[in-house]
Amino acid sequence: MDISPARISVPTEAKKGDIIAIKTLFRHPMETGYRVDRYGKPIPRRIVKRFSVTYAGDVVFAMDFTQGVAANPFIAFHAVAVETGEIVFVWEDDQGKIVTERRTLTVAR
Amino acid sequence: MKDLVKSLALIPILALPPSSASADPLPSGTTFQSTAIRAQQADEGANPGMLWVEAGAKLWGRTEGSAGKSCAACHGPAEQSMKGVAFRYPAVEPTTGHLLNLETRINLCRTKNQKAAPLAYESGELLGLAAFAARQSLGLPIGVRIDGAAAPFYEQGKAFFYRRRGQLNLSCAQCHVDNAGRKLRADTISHGLGNGYPTYRLEWQTVGSLHRRFRACLFGVRAVQYDFGAPDYLDLELYLASRAEGIAIETPAIRP
Ligand code: HEC
Ligand code: HEC
Repeated sequence: MDISPARISVPTEAKKGDIIAIKTLFRHPMETGYRVDRYGKPIPRRIVKRFSVTYAGDVVFAMDFTQGVAANPFIAFHAVAVETGEIVFVWEDDQGKIVTERRTLTVAR
Repeated sequence: MKDLVKSLALIPILALPPSSASADPLPSGTTFQSTAIRAQQADEGANPGMLWVEAGAKLWGRTEGSAGKSCAACHGPAEQSMKGVAFRYPAVEPTTGHLLNLETRINLCRTKNQKAAPLAYESGELLGLAAFAARQSLGLPIGVRIDGAAAPFYEQGKAFFYRRRGQLNLSCAQCHVDNAGRKLRADTISHGLGNGYPTYRLEWQTVGSLHRRFRACLFGVRAVQYDFGAPDYLDLELYLASRAEGIAIETPAIRP
């Protein structure tokens, strides 16, 4: 399916100082590289290598994945609302495919 | 095993017609899951099945086939047109007299109305569209027709459910009626209902159809597995939906 594999839940508005919950789902096979197909041929490894998130230009979350993570990873974390800005989510897999999603958080003081 | 054998004596009694609408609905399969799974299922931001629902929403608006139409071009917003559709399925399509479930009904629109190739049964696209369509009936109670043109399909589905099969010589009912609520290895056997399908199964690491679940149970008793969308499975799906009368649609559910 050539459809964006990301699903993001993040508030669009917050008050300065609020702690906001950010939840992400990413459709990806997370193929370990340890399995073989029915002819005994190894299935090449294909995993998300790195997931990173910036908010108003600063890195607020980053994670390196291994083949121990199941398919369609769900990652949730918290951040503090400091200023109105863009939250940029980047997933990069080991075949070099990069998926970027952007959301804007408006912060009232 | 001894309990299974003992419970065989009950089969003639259990082979009564399905409970009438007034009887309490059976508990959904979700009630047998861990609190962690139930919480994840209920949270749209954490339920991985929502990835398929969202893909289905995008496919809904995509123009396909030589008729040059998207689903939305004919049906408008799914939030309105698909609300209250899934809980009536499987249903008999009046012009052909065929029994269709949501997946085969969608594929009929693909071929007849969009003039496009049918989608493979277990493809991400068809699972996405079916999950998206069913999601519009979230929380609404299942109520299928089993009378009139649907009656013969219902009878065949019911017969399938009670027929022993496979090397283990077990019927669906011996597990999902006689032993519901009891353990089979790490699983608690549920009533075997389809109200959460297409469902995200952790073992599959993907969303799968109810027919995939049928195939898994038939594999378990070492019986013949039919093809996805096979008439026998459609009949069985109708019988399961009649057993699920009054239970809310939970698509996409999560199962271990
Ligand atoms: C050219 C118009 C057209 C297009 C395009 C179309 N449909 Fe339909 N669809 C219909 C008609 C007509 C019916 C029959 C309505 C009825 O039986 O009341 C129908 C029925 C359905 C039903 C059953 C509705 C019910 O109330 O039982 C579903 C589900 C459905 N379509 C899904 C889809 C999906 C998903 C797509 C895109 C893949 C699609 N349709 C594309 C015209 C269309
Ligand atoms: C040996 C026992 C056994 C037999 C026989 C069996 N199943 Fe199952 N079935 C299970 C177990 C165990 C599960 C997983 C736990 C659960 O959800 O019930 C399951 C799950 C299901 C589910 C998924 C329920 C849900 O809520 O996700 C359906 C539907 C189902 N079975 C239908 C059938 C049908 C139809 C048949 C007959 C073709 C059948 N089963 C035969 C043991 C069995």
